[in-house]
Amino acid sequence: MNDTYDLRVAETHIEVHQFRGGAIVATTLLALLVQTSLPVYFPKFSIIDLPLLITIYFGLSRRNPSTGLLLGMAIGLLQDSLSGPTVPLGLYGIAKTIIGYLASSIGARLDTEHPAARFALTMVFFGLHQGLIVVTRRLLLAQPETWFTMRLGIAAAVNAVVGVLLFMLLDRLRKK
Amino acid sequence: MLQILLLAVQIRRDSQGRLIRVWTVGAVSPFERVGNSGVTGIRGAWNHYFALQNTSRENERLLHENNTLKLQINQLQSKAAEADRLAALLNFRKSQQSVPMLGARVIGASADTASQTAYLDRGERDGIRRNMAVITPDGVVGKIIESYRDTSQVLLLTDKDSGVGSMLADSRIQSPVGGTGEPLLAMKYVANDDAVNLGDRVVTSGMDRIFPRDLPVGTVAQIKPGNPFKQIRIRPAAKLESLEEVIVLLSLQPLDLKKEPETPSAGLAEKTAPGLPRPEKP
Repeated sequence: MNDTYDLRVAETHIEVHQFRGGAIVATTLLALLVQTSLPVYFPKFSIIDLPLLITIYFGLSRRNPSTGLLLGMAIGLLQDSLSGPTVPLGLYGIAKTIIGYLASSIGARLDTEHPAARFALTMVFFGLHQGLIVVTRRLLLAQPETWFTMRLGIAAAVNAVVGVLLFMLLDRLRKK
Repeated sequence: MLQILLLAVQIRRDSQGRLIRVWTVGAVSPFERVGNSGVTGIRGAWNHYFALQNTSRENERLLHENNTLKLQINQLQSKAAEADRLAALLNFRKSQQSVPMLGARVIGASADTASQTAYLDRGERDGIRRNMAVITPDGVVGKIIESYRDTSQVLLLTDKDSGVGSMLADSRIQSPVGGTGEPLLAMKYVANDDAVNLGDRVVTSGMDRIFPRDLPVGTVAQIKPGNPFKQIRIRPAAKLESLEEVIVLLSLQPLDLKKEPETPSAGLAEKTAPGLPRPEKP
């Protein structure tokens, strides 16, 4: 099996990356573990949405909308399960399914390897993810939810910065 | 000349002795001073610039020793803080022996970035059920919202879905206090006519039938006029951002905690353990 192959879209060559065996599952579980453990010791860490960053990264790298969608759904549902009764099952599931699908679709059309592109895309996806959660809460759960706060703006920027660094680290899991 | 010298030998100055000594000392001392300055300068230069073979090594050793001592101090401070917390928990348990309660450690947080919950290392097997009150010796923490076999989840007071029946400790004005998703809580229904001051203590009213009466909730941190109620923000008494150990009150029936004599400090720990030595905070 080829480790990488070219996807030809509109005469551009976009590499589809394969990862080492179990890398996606291990990374996802580690991200969820860190997300639930670190805020106990460093409360400010809760501003970072590691499961979202993982969804975006693997979506952009795998560039397969079906895989991205399923991975987003799985990560979202796991996050819902770990969030307790205040978060209904499916809230993050819906949002991350859509983000996984969009990230894979965009990844198949654009070269998203440059840190600047990754920064911008992570910020956009963070905003979109938040928007999807607010829409779900407002329309399906009839819960009052604010669209934007300063904390969210800061969180988008922080997640984008962390995302760029994390993505560079995760690049090492790719098969050469 | 000889006459003058002989005279000088004989003439005495009141405070300085014979004149010849004055002249001699006056003539020699400038040279001595210059010589001394030169020697001091040379010795200083030698000591500070040339004879430093061992200083660098000594500096490294001292830096290493300093770092080791800093590390030891940090470890001791951490241990002292833990001992402090555990002593407060123990004192509280001793003072409330009739109330069934269980100590638990915080082992995790919510995966949802917006909600304020925490996982405990005790669950159904230890008798924890939904809606049980969770406190620390400092004050109210929250309530159990989910209980699994060996773990349980606490909804912290700061979560926007959280709430506790409360009242102002002095005026006994009652109003629920709820979370806002921010570090400060909101006291929702205090009329503009009611007198509230910054620093006023807020305690549980017992009206929610979850928390016993008179547990510290927090202190008034902000007051703004509103319509029709004041906008009051409360700083939680319990350190909700750095929780490590908590107490779960193992009862779904309203409990009455033994009330201890008031002390100037608002914390329950101080109220329930009067006279007990508390380790000094680092």
